[in-house]
Amino acid sequence: MNHSVDISADNLRLDDLGTNLSRTTALVGAIALAAAIILAFLSESSRPHFFYTYVVSFTFYVSLSLGALFFVLIQHMTKAGWSVVVRRLAEGIACNFVLLALLAVPLLFGLETVFHWADPEHVAHDKLLKGKAPYLNVPFFLVRLAVYFLVWIVLSRFFFATSVRQDATGEPNLTRRMQTVSFPGMLLFALTLTFFSFDFLMSLDAHWFSTIFGVYYFSGSVVGFCGLLPLAIYALQQRGRLERAVTREHYHDVGKLLFAFVVFWAYIAFSQYMLIWYANIPEETGWFLVRQESNQWRNVSIFLLVGHFFLPFVLLMSRHPKRRLHILVIGAVWMLLMHYVDLYWIVMPNFNEESVPFNHIDLLCFIGMGGLFVGSALRRLQDCSLIPVGDPRLEESVTFENV
Amino acid sequence: MSGVDTTPATIEEVPKKLWGYLVEFEDAAELVSAAERVRDAGYKNWDAHTPFPVHGLNDAMGLRPTRLPFLVFGAGATGCLVGLALQFFTNAVDYKYIISGKPFFSLPANIPVTFELTILFSATAAFAGMLVLNNLPQWYHGLFHSRRFARVTADRFFISIESRDPLFEEQRTKALMESLGSGGEVEAIWEEE
Repeated sequence: MNHSVDISADNLRLDDLGTNLSRTTALVGAIALAAAIILAFLSESSRPHFFYTYVVSFTFYVSLSLGALFFVLIQHMTKAGWSVVVRRLAEGIACNFVLLALLAVPLLFGLETVFHWADPEHVAHDKLLKGKAPYLNVPFFLVRLAVYFLVWIVLSRFFFATSVRQDATGEPNLTRRMQTVSFPGMLLFALTLTFFSFDFLMSLDAHWFSTIFGVYYFSGSVVGFCGLLPLAIYALQQRGRLERAVTREHYHDVGKLLFAFVVFWAYIAFSQYMLIWYANIPEETGWFLVRQESNQWRNVSIFLLVGHFFLPFVLLMSRHPKRRLHILVIGAVWMLLMHYVDLYWIVMPNFNEESVPFNHIDLLCFIGMGGLFVGSALRRLQDCSLIPVGDPRLEESVTFENV
Repeated sequence: MSGVDTTPATIEEVPKKLWGYLVEFEDAAELVSAAERVRDAGYKNWDAHTPFPVHGLNDAMGLRPTRLPFLVFGAGATGCLVGLALQFFTNAVDYKYIISGKPFFSLPANIPVTFELTILFSATAAFAGMLVLNNLPQWYHGLFHSRRFARVTADRFFISIESRDPLFEEQRTKALMESLGSGGEVEAIWEEE
């Protein structure tokens, strides 16, 4: 509170690092993604695999930006002071929705491959899908998709642009306006995220339904983002950015959020599992049956339970790993990977019920979109300060200490 | 607290002894830097008093990290095992009863109770442990004799050094505390013997 911290000597801009790195990552990403697409179109047999794994990677990177948008919204809603120095990174990552909207386009060519409800022949012989057709049909799906991305782009743009404008003016009114918008913003966020997860993940097995599914995807999204944030801070500090502004007090709080959402994910995942397991109704149990009947998918299920909950629960419980960035970042990267495994486990059994089909196409998709994702975020943060220097709570955030 | 006379000279019949010294600060920043000096002087039986939690005061006072987390973890683990054992004994040993065709001891069904008992045990341990480690409740404290100490719940910050501290010497301790304060005089606290 009283210890004044001088951040004037801090390097708060990406400068040439942004240009070079964003170019490199975007190039690597574009090449990898192009390679995956070419591979998919050279061989007829790997095309379905490509589209399914494309859904995995797409929902993975969308979830990271959603997690970032949630982070920005919740900080404004709670008028949080501690998080100001890391909020700009979240604002930048949330702005990736423009890129992600573009990345949704290739998927439109594989709708019939991935979604049974989009295939008229399949629907004609399926009584359940016929009944769900008023919601699950291609035109309405496209309208919803457009609405989701419109909401996300407008929201993330608003917070990024307003915050950057405040860098110059330092006007407290802008903070007040962002706080006002954050409340209806959060409502829109919750609705769009829920229906997005219904449309893209739950409808892969359109006979199945789970009302908690949106919350499940949300919990994973925040885990993913809280994994990405320490990694971003680590990468920036290694290159001499934000060295004084972001301290172990901030790592500690980001680590707490990561830990909390690891537990929250487990809570939601178990809530979903237990009700279906207990009721034991065939139309609900089918989804879990696929994931525990085949040996390989059962192993992935157990791996998720251990790796996405038990391991991080024990390792992140103490304050010491959370306050040491080089240890926290290991846990963060681990959780990012586990979040990918989680989505892979949701999507891929629809493609192959027997075995885990992981191969180079999965990897190329993951790296491809990842490269573009990182490149786009760096490009966004290129022309502004890496912390909101005009925020009235900046001083509070810089000198913040955990009790 | 009220009704206690703070001036020792007025009641001469009762023998008094020095409980310690009290000094007042107007803001938290002053308190923290003063606490650092008392810590560095090597005192053990002293305390800082604030109306709200002050960030960084723990370090400034040289307090060791609390042992509470270990207590809570142990209690939580105990609660977890008790919950499982309770359900195992009642459902699978003592009174076997088939419920919707599930096995007598089936883990998914047992998780909620196990979870709740884990929480119950940890929360109780956290609450009771916090009281015990803080020496609470205390029905009597030497500082109750000070009238101006009442403002510690509103807008003032205090440091007190007790006379039972091995380093306590009336003149030297008083001099140290006088050098800390923001002009407010050092108050000697007397209590009945």
